[in-house]
Amino acid sequence: MDGMSFSEFGSVLIMQGFNGLSYFSVLLLMALGLAIIFGQMGVINMAHGEFLTIGAYTTYLLSVLSSTYAPWFESYYFIAAIIVGFGVAFVIGYLVEWLMIRHLYKRPLDSLLATWGLSLIMQQTFRSTFGPKEVSATLPAWLMGSYSPKEGLDIPLNGLFVMALTLALTSAVAAIMFYSRWGLRVRATTQNRAMAGAVGIDTAKIDRLTFALGCGIAGVAGAAFTTIGSTGPTSGSLYIVDTFLVVVFGGAQSLLGTIASAFSIAQTNSTLEFFMTGSIAKVITLATIIGILLLRPEGLFRLRVRK
Amino acid sequence: MSSARIVLAVDNLSVSFDGFKAVNDLNLYVEQNELRVVIGPNGAGKTTLLDLICGRTRATAGSIKFKDMELTRMPEYERVRRGIGRKFQTPSIYENLTVLENLEVSYPRGRTVFGSLFFRRDAAVMERVKEVAELIYLDERLDDAAELLSHGQKQWLEIGMLLMQDPELLMLDEPVAGMSVSEREKTAELLTRISSNRSVIVIEHDMEFVKRIAHRVTVLHQGKMLAEGSMDHVQADPRVIEVYLGH
Amino acid sequence: MNIITPSTASAAGAPAWRAWIPLAALALFILAVLPLCLDLFRLNLVGKYLTYAFVAIGLVLCWGYGGILSLGQGVFFGLGGYAMAMFLKLEASDPESTKIQSTPGIPDFMDWNQITALPALWEPFHSLAFTLLAIVLVPGLMAFVIGVAMFKRRVGGVYFAIMTQAFAAMLSILIIGQQGYTGGVNGITDLKTLNGWDIRTDHAKYVLYFLNAGLLLASVALGQVLLKTKFGKLLLALRDKEERVRFSGYDVAAFKVFIFTLAAVLSAVGGAMFTLQVGFMSPSFVGIVPSIEMVIFTAVGGRLSLVGAVYGSLAVNFGKSYFSESFPQLWLFLMGGLFIAVVMLFPNGLAGLADSVRGAWQKWQARKAGQMTARGAPRTPAPPEDEPAAPTALRVKGGAA
Repeated sequence: MDGMSFSEFGSVLIMQGFNGLSYFSVLLLMALGLAIIFGQMGVINMAHGEFLTIGAYTTYLLSVLSSTYAPWFESYYFIAAIIVGFGVAFVIGYLVEWLMIRHLYKRPLDSLLATWGLSLIMQQTFRSTFGPKEVSATLPAWLMGSYSPKEGLDIPLNGLFVMALTLALTSAVAAIMFYSRWGLRVRATTQNRAMAGAVGIDTAKIDRLTFALGCGIAGVAGAAFTTIGSTGPTSGSLYIVDTFLVVVFGGAQSLLGTIASAFSIAQTNSTLEFFMTGSIAKVITLATIIGILLLRPEGLFRLRVRK
Repeated sequence: MSSARIVLAVDNLSVSFDGFKAVNDLNLYVEQNELRVVIGPNGAGKTTLLDLICGRTRATAGSIKFKDMELTRMPEYERVRRGIGRKFQTPSIYENLTVLENLEVSYPRGRTVFGSLFFRRDAAVMERVKEVAELIYLDERLDDAAELLSHGQKQWLEIGMLLMQDPELLMLDEPVAGMSVSEREKTAELLTRISSNRSVIVIEHDMEFVKRIAHRVTVLHQGKMLAEGSMDHVQADPRVIEVYLGH
Repeated sequence: MNIITPSTASAAGAPAWRAWIPLAALALFILAVLPLCLDLFRLNLVGKYLTYAFVAIGLVLCWGYGGILSLGQGVFFGLGGYAMAMFLKLEASDPESTKIQSTPGIPDFMDWNQITALPALWEPFHSLAFTLLAIVLVPGLMAFVIGVAMFKRRVGGVYFAIMTQAFAAMLSILIIGQQGYTGGVNGITDLKTLNGWDIRTDHAKYVLYFLNAGLLLASVALGQVLLKTKFGKLLLALRDKEERVRFSGYDVAAFKVFIFTLAAVLSAVGGAMFTLQVGFMSPSFVGIVPSIEMVIFTAVGGRLSLVGAVYGSLAVNFGKSYFSESFPQLWLFLMGGLFIAVVMLFPNGLAGLADSVRGAWQKWQARKAGQMTARGAPRTPAPPEDEPAAPTALRVKGGAA
């Protein structure tokens, strides 16, 4: 680090931290959907990463379509892609719950295996449809370039946008969960399924919508993902282990915990990446989380309740 | 009464869940060969009290002494090995094993990993199994899968599994819930018989049943003891009538 | 849902030796039928698949009976395999045959990675005795430590599955990243001799096949004996009613640690045998994907059947090698479909299917004889219903309750 002034070093740190924030955004968007599903139904959806991929390919398709058929739409397609990505992932999630997940609620470990099978099928479908090579959506002009408040400090706009999107979506989820009628029903079902059913809540429908919502959020994560990386058939599955760890580490039942854990995992990883090779950074991050979870299996946040 | 040996002494016991005190500064003393019934409205802390004694829930403060041994820090299985048995509210038996195997698995020998690997079903085990099976009215059903038993029989089987361990303190959470009249009758007999040489704590809602079996009754309300004494004494207590019986 | 174990269902009235018929049939199949019918190339392939069966039977014990689903069994398979490979590699890297290297006497991949001295970690693997011990002890110890940490704190179910998966991810990233010490993504290759005995000859391949098959059959037998003991009954008991077992005076965690460690050791033996028979070890057997695939071998064979797990490993792997050669596009669809189908439609796998067929046959026989026996059909074991996960709500700490 010879010849690097303190202020330059600071700028590098900030940019590295910002890289971490982009990673944090995708991780959080993935984890949000997973945490809702896991919290609500105790189901681990191993195909959750593929719902991210769905969102990413949807964005890619819209990008190709708009540049081929509607060049005037090119600067706005991305907004549409977020909505369509959500919609497609939501509908597929809805169908998956109906066809598969609902039959396995009493066997969470089996639902884990079945959704793993689903993820293989989805990956191969992507590969057969879009080819094994990675594809990239063309970013609209307003997402390119960077914001540089001072010399040597460049903060990419796409990263800023992804963060804003994450913030908005997380707030929306929190609002839905804690201030809407529907959120109340979801929480009621989570806490006492039998009672919720007895007071007239259609718990099966709540489950299906919750699952679909979780998948839809992963779809949005996919749209966000295209701005920071290219999409391949297995893009989503690369994130799945990290996402599980985020959910478990966060305590699996607390929104704040999920955010805090996504943040700490992403920042640890990207900070370490600055000092050593990527693979060792990853190993140390994983080892640290595993170590902490071995000592404190309930994660960062936990409620003490009567079993 | 004071001359009798105290088997279980609960002193200033408290537990709180997220700020809510489910059991609050509770004192309770159970004597040898006593059959104590704990009653109280829903949410009074009855099941939590049993959870605390058997170790399913950790106390926030206070002490639980069993035969002068402090239990609060002891792991669950140690408490069982010292002589505390606990029956759960819903029958908790091994549906996929036979009645015989259910009882055998509960026999207090071969409790370590290696002990269980080299455990043999010998004459002593079978004798004890038969003895208990007869007591719980299941001596004809030994080779049947436990899942084939009626609800009441499952309750008895679980009591039997506890009796296999010959505990000095037996705790039963609503043992007659969901039982027919004749089954209740038989359960009352069973409880009377088994409390002749051990202490028993029963949680129950059915007042007729309580009247029939209880030596003494403890009334809990909001995690605190409200009254204690004979059934007649408790029933006459105006505070008890106010919160519970009067409703 | 009814949960019945095969052992209980068949115990009524049947003589004890009947339980050993499937194992005897399996022994006949892999010790006589396959060696007589297949050429050496195919037989070696069977041998390779049979090494996966070690993992599969470990999973029958710890997942099928104990209810502990590990998605990281590849870790133990890999540790066993790598330990063996390290010994063989050192033997293959004597100074004479590596004299063209800039540092002779160390494995070739180290030389390529500018490593000039054998790392200390590798040093003891010069000794065969140490290696054999390490194959069993390293994975065993690791499983023991993980088990104690997790089970003493009552971590189970999906949490445990996720943690083991993270382990698998971590170890495979570590092995791939540390090329100079591990051979990286290619693994440890070009293995030649075991204490001077060339493992690549046809004769050696036959010997290793039978050694492997013998060890596997012995492991299945060990598992069967284990399940017959009180330990076996307790395993099922704690899978279905953990609290009851705990409050009957058992240290539930100790039982789980034991079975998880045993499964790990079995996997490691499989890994070591893999290295010997196939001649290399690589991180592609350690990570998440192979670890989950090993679970499917068990599921296909029948999670409650030790013998079934062996057939399951053979069936899935032959299917895999056939389809991935002939229809590579189709294979992942089939594999995915298999996961879903076996979980949703045949939770007891091949063993369950065999039971149903036998049941139908007996019923038919009984009808033919004009007598309907109530207990004719063996009851098909049902898969465990996991304890429903504790209800958890997404909530902000201290937020609106």
